[in-house]
Amino acid sequence: MEKLLDVKNLHVSFDTYGGEVKAVRGVNFDVKKGETLAIVGESGSGKSVTTKALMQLIPKPPGRIKEGEILFEGRDLAQMNEKQMQRIRGKEISMIFQDPMTSLNPTMKVGNQIMEGLIKHQKMNKSQARKRVVELLDLVGIPDAENRMKQYPHQFSGGMRQRVVVAIALACNPKLLIADEPTTALDVTIQAQILELMKDIQKKTDSATIFITHDLGVVANVADRVAVMYAGKIVEIGTVDDIFYNPKHPYTWGLLGSMPSLESSDEELFAIPGTPPDLLHPPKGDAFAARNRYAMQIDFEQEPPMFKVSDTHYASTWLLHENAPDIDPPAAVKKRMEGMANSSSHSEGERI
Amino acid sequence: MTRYIIQRLIYMVITMFLIATLTFFLMKFLPGTPLSAADKLSEEQQAVVLEKYGLNDPVPVQYFNYMTNLVQGDLGISFQFDNREVTTIIMERIGPSMQLGVQAMFIGTIIGILLGLTSAIYHNGMLDYSSTFLAVLGQSIPSFVFAGLLQFFIGVKLGWLPVALWEGWEYSILPTISLAIFPIAIAARFMRTEMLEVMGSDYIVTARAKGVNKFGVVFKHGFRNALIPLITVLGPLAVGLMTGTLVIENIFAVPGIGEQFVKAINMNDFPIIMGTTLLIAFLFIFIILVIDLLYGVIDPRIRLAEGE
Ligand SMILES: Nc1ncnc2c1ncn2[C@@H]1O[C@H](COP(=O)(O)OP(=O)(O)OP(=O)(O)O)[C@@H](O)[C@H]1O
Ligand code: SF4
Ligand SMILES: [Mg+2]
Repeated sequence: MEKLLDVKNLHVSFDTYGGEVKAVRGVNFDVKKGETLAIVGESGSGKSVTTKALMQLIPKPPGRIKEGEILFEGRDLAQMNEKQMQRIRGKEISMIFQDPMTSLNPTMKVGNQIMEGLIKHQKMNKSQARKRVVELLDLVGIPDAENRMKQYPHQFSGGMRQRVVVAIALACNPKLLIADEPTTALDVTIQAQILELMKDIQKKTDSATIFITHDLGVVANVADRVAVMYAGKIVEIGTVDDIFYNPKHPYTWGLLGSMPSLESSDEELFAIPGTPPDLLHPPKGDAFAARNRYAMQIDFEQEPPMFKVSDTHYASTWLLHENAPDIDPPAAVKKRMEGMANSSSHSEGERI
Repeated sequence: MTRYIIQRLIYMVITMFLIATLTFFLMKFLPGTPLSAADKLSEEQQAVVLEKYGLNDPVPVQYFNYMTNLVQGDLGISFQFDNREVTTIIMERIGPSMQLGVQAMFIGTIIGILLGLTSAIYHNGMLDYSSTFLAVLGQSIPSFVFAGLLQFFIGVKLGWLPVALWEGWEYSILPTISLAIFPIAIAARFMRTEMLEVMGSDYIVTARAKGVNKFGVVFKHGFRNALIPLITVLGPLAVGLMTGTLVIENIFAVPGIGEQFVKAINMNDFPIIMGTTLLIAFLFIFIILVIDLLYGVIDPRIRLAEGE
């Protein structure tokens, strides 16, 4: 399939009083047309910074793209100036944010907030834009669109606001949709609704999606491929099957092991010990070594390269080196992997 | 909305009633009589005068009379300017004070907002530092010092504008500037803080993610949201101006209410003191009402909550 986005060796740093925070340290991934890539990883691993950098939305200063290429349909977004980016944002790439309570302008009517992009990018006049807003509100499941568009955000519930945010993102039929934890701030039933909505929309619009989440259950549900981020790097990337049935990186094992399953009451959860490294002073060697019970001497000295597991599956761990000892994932994780295999096998047909 | 305004107006009347009562009785506790200045009167003459102004009646009767007259818009008769009505005197004097107050408020908030915006947009740049410096200066130096400096440099040295008195519009410029310094400083500082805060909020990122340009982000999305908290300081600012005029009018010899008020206090002219106090109280309550209504205009969340 054709590559829509190709990110090469992306480095993003923040210049703070304490020094340079290396939030993203050499990230490589691509997104193909119409596919959904999930990015998972614990808090602070650089998921938001990576995706914000794609749209040049990181605050500058202190942030800056230090190095790397962001090829979007062959053009390098990292080299574009603000004016050029304004033509990309909202039109070619748009973003759905985490907290619908704060991501809408409280003093602007909802309809006007959706219209803004249409008027700017599609050169629509007010009445054309209004028609499209009604369509969009219908699409995201907000009834009574004609009246609702004249209301302000505080007149909407959290779930409804997130639908508005989705409508804003979809307004100009972007080729790439970035959803940064779009359901985290919502309660469980609403989460499910928004997820359904997003899946539904993907089917209808065939835009590619980058879906950031903490929730591996969500990943199994929406994604084609998964990138696992740790301390500003992608440590493992592969298809959903690769990551769930055949994870290679101890950090991925940890993530899978720490995921509670429905029938898990009696099982022990496999918690990842320790805390993520300080990105002001990233450690030498593999950033995960200090928390990794399988760490070897070399892990503290030299960073592992990306090893190829299969055509779709890559992982950055010395365990994949031919001289490394054979290590199996811990029992708890293995059990979980089997659980995943069972539970997701019947949802297979549903995956987009 | 209409119901809300009517409700507020009723509260206003009640508040005014309470203030009138309070000032009336406080005034009764003031030492001295209006006659102490007119030493030369004999006991008999004094008695006649006191009788004439009704000051011999028992206090409750005086209170009742005062309030009945007040309701009819009659503030009584001045002690010092024989037989002139307080209402007339205040009416004559209110013009210059109002003009100064309104001009200073207008210029003050507009310039202040512009300065604050500039600061926020060019955050940590030269423009930011200089306008912050100006704001600190304007806030810490009392307005009468500015008044003196302006009089000396612009009035005397350069001779561009009249030093004092009130004989035309150009006479209002220096007092207005002196009065406006404080509102400028406050509005600038406030606007800067609010704007910086607003520009860091999530919906600004949303706007940028839509492809809105910098102008649109600042003015369509940022400005209005930063204005809401600014309205909160407008009330105290207006009050500051009211008291500020007392001093400034004296410095520039402006025939306004403030100057009159100071004279009245020196002479124990109760009706004028009462009248002016009530006027200032009324203006104050009125401004608070206007500000609350302004909130509703700018912030949809408040408009609806109270419209219901
Ligand atoms: N404005 C900033 N200044 C300094 N450091 C920053 C800034 N923004 C982000 N960072 C740093 O970048 C790192 C990655 O942050 P990021 O928000 O991408 O994490 P994340 O993976 O999205 O986490 P979460 O799951 O909590 O959203 C963090 O260590 C954070 O401290
Ligand atoms: S490279 Fe070493 S420290 Fe890093 S995950 Fe692999 S085994 Fe652990
Ligand atoms: Mg994040």
